[in-house]
Amino acid sequence: MVVSGETKRDDEEAADLLFGALADPTRRDIFRRAHGGRFSVSALAREYPISVAAVQKHVAVLERAELVSKHRVGRESIVRAETEALVRAHAALDHLEAVWRDRVERMDQILETDKGDSRCPSPQ
Amino acid sequence: MPVTAVNKDFDALTMTITAELHAGADRVWELWSDPRQLERWWGPPSHPATFVDHDLSPGGRTTYFMAGPEGEKFHGRWRIEEIEPPKLLRFADDDTDDEGKPNDGGPAEMTVTIAEVDGTTTMSIESRFPDRESLERAIEMRMEEGMTEALGQIDGLLAGAEVN
Repeated sequence: MVVSGETKRDDEEAADLLFGALADPTRRDIFRRAHGGRFSVSALAREYPISVAAVQKHVAVLERAELVSKHRVGRESIVRAETEALVRAHAALDHLEAVWRDRVERMDQILETDKGDSRCPSPQ
Repeated sequence: MPVTAVNKDFDALTMTITAELHAGADRVWELWSDPRQLERWWGPPSHPATFVDHDLSPGGRTTYFMAGPEGEKFHGRWRIEEIEPPKLLRFADDDTDDEGKPNDGGPAEMTVTIAEVDGTTTMSIESRFPDRESLERAIEMRMEEGMTEALGQIDGLLAGAEVN
């Protein structure tokens, strides 16, 4: 990460969003639940004496602070902790790297094999 | 080891792998343009790939499937976006169901660049995902396909190289 004056301002803004998001007990509770698993917005709304719209607003504040992410599965809006999403993205890119390392190895092998094999000359 | 660099950007959701290959650019290009050669490296030995259509022209389609040891099939397709033999190939790669309909998640945008200097070719392959869901979905498919059981395959390849 590049640290510059601009990044520092961004960091402070992020901190404001973060602490603002966690200053509310309902939002803290939503964040805690999202850590334990995935919850739909409607399932969360059943846990609190507030409307679905109010839950959605809380989730939006948590989203802006990058504490949770929301994504659609069928008709449901699923909320989950952003830390988990980050870990999963890292793991996924690591797997992708393994897939392509294997593919490149096989490509290299084909080039080497064909070079030394008169039955399968490369054109030109 | 042909791989010289791997760059992963977790914000942009890209993974770029760069390799140095001891062959000319035209020869490396054939690994992509000739479906029979593509079949030799796209899928792991346990899940060999068959390329059914392979139309490498802008807007052209490639369709392929990989067959697992239990007879299961995994389908995928490319849509060619840009091609400049033997230097550049850009395509969207996504997984499809048995009927060729795309599975959930957007396609990966693939950019292959090939550059030769004095008989050594540098090939770089970038995979870019539109969002995390698409990336995770693609990896779930790869895992089902057994494509991430990476280790140990190289030895098998080396042992089997003579019969190719």
